[in-house]
Amino acid sequence: MRLMQELNQKALSLGVPLSVHVDVTYRCNERCEHCYLDHDDHGEMTTAEIKDVLDQLAAAGVFFLTLSGGEVLMRRDAFEIIEYARSLSFNVKLKTNAVMIREKEALRIRALGIEQVQVSVYSHRPEVHDAITKLPGSLKRTIAGVRLLRAQDLRVNIANVLMRSNRADAEGVRLLAEELGAHYTLDPTVTPMMDGNTSVLRHRVDADDIRGYFHNPDLVGDVESFCAPPVPVDESIREGLPCSAGHTSCYISPYGDVYPCVQFPITCGNVRREKFIDIWQHSPQMNEVRSIRIKDLTTCSSCTHAGSCTRCPGLAYMEGNMRGPSSADCEKSYVRTGIVTAGMMARKSSASTAPGLVQIAPAPSISA
Amino acid sequence: MSEKYVARSKAVAARVLGGEMMIMSAKDSTLFSLSDVATVIWEAADGRTPLSEIVERRVCAEFDVPANVAYQDAEKLVEELATRGILSVSSQPFAEVERSGSEAP
Repeated sequence: MRLMQELNQKALSLGVPLSVHVDVTYRCNERCEHCYLDHDDHGEMTTAEIKDVLDQLAAAGVFFLTLSGGEVLMRRDAFEIIEYARSLSFNVKLKTNAVMIREKEALRIRALGIEQVQVSVYSHRPEVHDAITKLPGSLKRTIAGVRLLRAQDLRVNIANVLMRSNRADAEGVRLLAEELGAHYTLDPTVTPMMDGNTSVLRHRVDADDIRGYFHNPDLVGDVESFCAPPVPVDESIREGLPCSAGHTSCYISPYGDVYPCVQFPITCGNVRREKFIDIWQHSPQMNEVRSIRIKDLTTCSSCTHAGSCTRCPGLAYMEGNMRGPSSADCEKSYVRTGIVTAGMMARKSSASTAPGLVQIAPAPSISA
Repeated sequence: MSEKYVARSKAVAARVLGGEMMIMSAKDSTLFSLSDVATVIWEAADGRTPLSEIVERRVCAEFDVPANVAYQDAEKLVEELATRGILSVSSQPFAEVERSGSEAP
């Protein structure tokens, strides 16, 4: 772990994009109710264009490459792309729903030296999982795909996004992952769509659900440590970075758009028109993201959670201000620790002074 | 002295960062940082060039070290890298190993 921290620190000081996430397509064989993408092809990069981008990423020093979508295997050239990436010695992680993985694909993934495969599973119950993906039989096929990957001794991480429709199934998916020999990751965050449409946020679980997950030792490990009060905010925290987006990591869409992160859809340039390294080093948007320190955040800089909050600058950006709070992360910090955040206080104050607003849902009870 | 051939493992990722070769094993996600000498050997490990030639032409040329000492150190190094799954070591060139269908020892 120490060597990984040194690697990150070195990449940061050298300005190297250590990790890049490339979505090779937004097309998908599932239609998950909470998905932040549209699934039409608006002109994906060709095989040659993607290979050229991979050459550029390798030259820029990228080490960790996540290939995802949409469903990455919807591209007929998916394995040609993966093979090319591996020939450039990237550490490759695949994100897939595993529906299209048969023995042949599992063998090939193994042979190509893929480090990890992340598979989305929403429920251990077919009627719940399939209702979310809108693909009948998808859970059965996903589990079969995971079994084939595990039979090749591949590392599989089951990502469990929790929503209203599967709020009760975290434990079931965790046990399923255990049975499959896969790692389990819980994620109670539903993000707005890339175009800013927030309609999918209706699927978000509420604070009580998140509180339940965060206080369940089977899901988070050491609850006392996970839910510990925030660390005192000192100068090193105030001078710290909000997250790695734009500093050691970024995202490239199937159309060549470069963002600081997949959850941070501010277009910094397009690799069809500019060299990746020029976008990375000189994009005004990337440099603006890069210039922000915790002390520069409008509300969060004065928050007691500043040193331990999982604040996502991309979610804050989609709420209207990349320097502002992310309400979803405020909620998480609050239910984790029971301590109110500066963002919650600001919203409460704003709501109480704004004329003409009608409260349509009771505010969460707040007790410090 | 029996000749040795070394080949980079296909199950690792590698990148030079700030002049330092970083290697990560896909098998267990272990991260390694290679020394300068190990980096030279890693980069030259094409499975066809004998280790003795790599040492003579690359290691001795770049580092001020006698050939016999360099070779002994290189042998130990490649065995260690092999145990960590970063390199494969064989007594015959890897193209022949692959053609015969046998595993490297």
